Amino acid sequence: MRVVIAEDLALLRDGLIRLLDAHDFTVVAAVDTGPDLLHALLHHRPDVAVVDVRLPPTHTDEGLKAAIAARQRVPGLPVLVLSQHVEQLYARELLSGGQGGVGYLLKDRVFDINQFIEAIRRVAAGGTAMDPEVIAQLLAKHTPESPLGALTAREREVLGEMAEGRSNSAIATRLFITDKAVSKHINNIFAKLSLPPSPDDSRRVMAVLTYLND
Amino acid sequence: MAAQDHRPNRLSLIGWALTFLPLGLLGIILAALFLLASLTTLLWVGFPLLVGATTLIRRYANYQRTLLTPFLTTPVPTPYRPLPTALDSRTIAIARDPATWRDLAWLLLNATLGTILLLASLVLLLIWPTTPPFIHTYARLNRLLLAPTTNADLTARITHLAATRTDATRTQASEVRRIERDLHDGAQARLVALGMSLGMAEQMLTTNPAAAQKLLTEARDSTRQALTEIRDLVRGIHPPVLVERGLPGAVHALAIAQQLPIDVDIDLPGRPDDPVESAAYFAIAEILTNTAKHANATRAWVRINYGLGRMVIVAGDNGHGGATPATGTGLTGVQRRLAAFDGTMTLLSPPAGPTIITMELPCALSSPKTSPSSATD
Repeated sequence: MRVVIAEDLALLRDGLIRLLDAHDFTVVAAVDTGPDLLHALLHHRPDVAVVDVRLPPTHTDEGLKAAIAARQRVPGLPVLVLSQHVEQLYARELLSGGQGGVGYLLKDRVFDINQFIEAIRRVAAGGTAMDPEVIAQLLAKHTPESPLGALTAREREVLGEMAEGRSNSAIATRLFITDKAVSKHINNIFAKLSLPPSPDDSRRVMAVLTYLND
Repeated sequence: MAAQDHRPNRLSLIGWALTFLPLGLLGIILAALFLLASLTTLLWVGFPLLVGATTLIRRYANYQRTLLTPFLTTPVPTPYRPLPTALDSRTIAIARDPATWRDLAWLLLNATLGTILLLASLVLLLIWPTTPPFIHTYARLNRLLLAPTTNADLTARITHLAATRTDATRTQASEVRRIERDLHDGAQARLVALGMSLGMAEQMLTTNPAAAQKLLTEARDSTRQALTEIRDLVRGIHPPVLVERGLPGAVHALAIAQQLPIDVDIDLPGRPDDPVESAAYFAIAEILTNTAKHANATRAWVRINYGLGRMVIVAGDNGHGGATPATGTGLTGVQRRLAAFDGTMTLLSPPAGPTIITMELPCALSSPKTSPSSATD
């Protein structure tokens, strides 16, 4: 799988390259500025890109801007954005195209290497990987009187896992329940939130994220 | 038509001249009283007399200051220094305040030259309708002596600056202390624990791999917690989103994170300096937190505009009102933070609501550092 990396701190960039090399990814470009990133994304058209939000020359949100600009030109270009902090505002901007193949995670998530690699693969396959902190903030925004208040504790848990971008079977493994039970919970959630059911995993995730973002 | 428009104006000018005339003459009596009191200060009885006469003169002069306002472009400010309460030090302070002597000069000048000017203007007003009245000259002449001297203005400014500087340095010092404590008890302690776990894991790697693995997992958790603590700390010092997106983006991010629907409307042609931007951000954050906690509102809004060298922030909500800086809701802190930049905050919060807070921050704007992003909210 071909990857583009954008990270300006050499220490972290080298770490990421080593990590990805060890998991059968091919790093086709490792850049450290916003303009270089945009160029690399459009030139290499990688299977997935791992991008730091803050990059030179302005040291603001160059990475995020370049990722969004590239996705506007190549819809669905898979990008996983990493940051030292997560903002709902940025999550919203990344998701606003309605296209999958997008991820937004705290840099700490790299610690759990298996999950991190799984998140990259998910994004590359057109899925999503949203940081649990983003999802927690989104869930916290909804008052108990909103339709979310009607969900059972278990359904809320499943909703959170789904919003982070996990497939049914991944949710089943994580919550120690059967695939069938997960499907049942998801049907209930969609009914309670009046969302149209969809057989497609990633489309369901987008529907849930759009709902939470409103 | 034009003549008719002039008549009431002319009439009112005559009225004003007739008001100023006797007032000016009354000044003679006050001046005499003051001089008499000054003479008697050789005896103790002069002290209260002088204080009394000065109080009268100051009230009288302040009255004249307000009366003059319609004839001048700006109101005449009061020049007096604050007075101590003890009688003898008060008398000395009065004698040492240049405004006392300028008032006296004004009383005398107003009664003489002022009267001549007013009489001349009265005569002209009565016999020759088109003559520009002398009354404006009279007002400007009054202003010369009644307004504070540049020196007095500067003294007042220095007092204000000294007070706000003390506040600012004190606030900063306590912030630095808080950061030091948070780092010391938080991230630093976690890193020590992390180092210990790693050291022990290294020792056990060959003898007890299972225990070593457990220690490594602990080390990872410790790292994550240290990062979370540092992240929270950074947010409190200078939120990353403010660096990345400036005030508009940061306020949008604040608004999105609230349960309450918040309408944000920002029109800034550039970026203020970092300290001003940060003060404005934390002020808005504090106000939105207050709204969420206390106002019981169903919606709120924030507007930011810039004009005449000032950034104006207006925040409001449709809650139950009744907010006061005294209720300890952090508004005093906001006021203090803004004062360091000569900024002001006014609070309007009647008991039934709504609450409207207006903040003004004098500042210059630089051209935008980041390219204008597409507004997504």
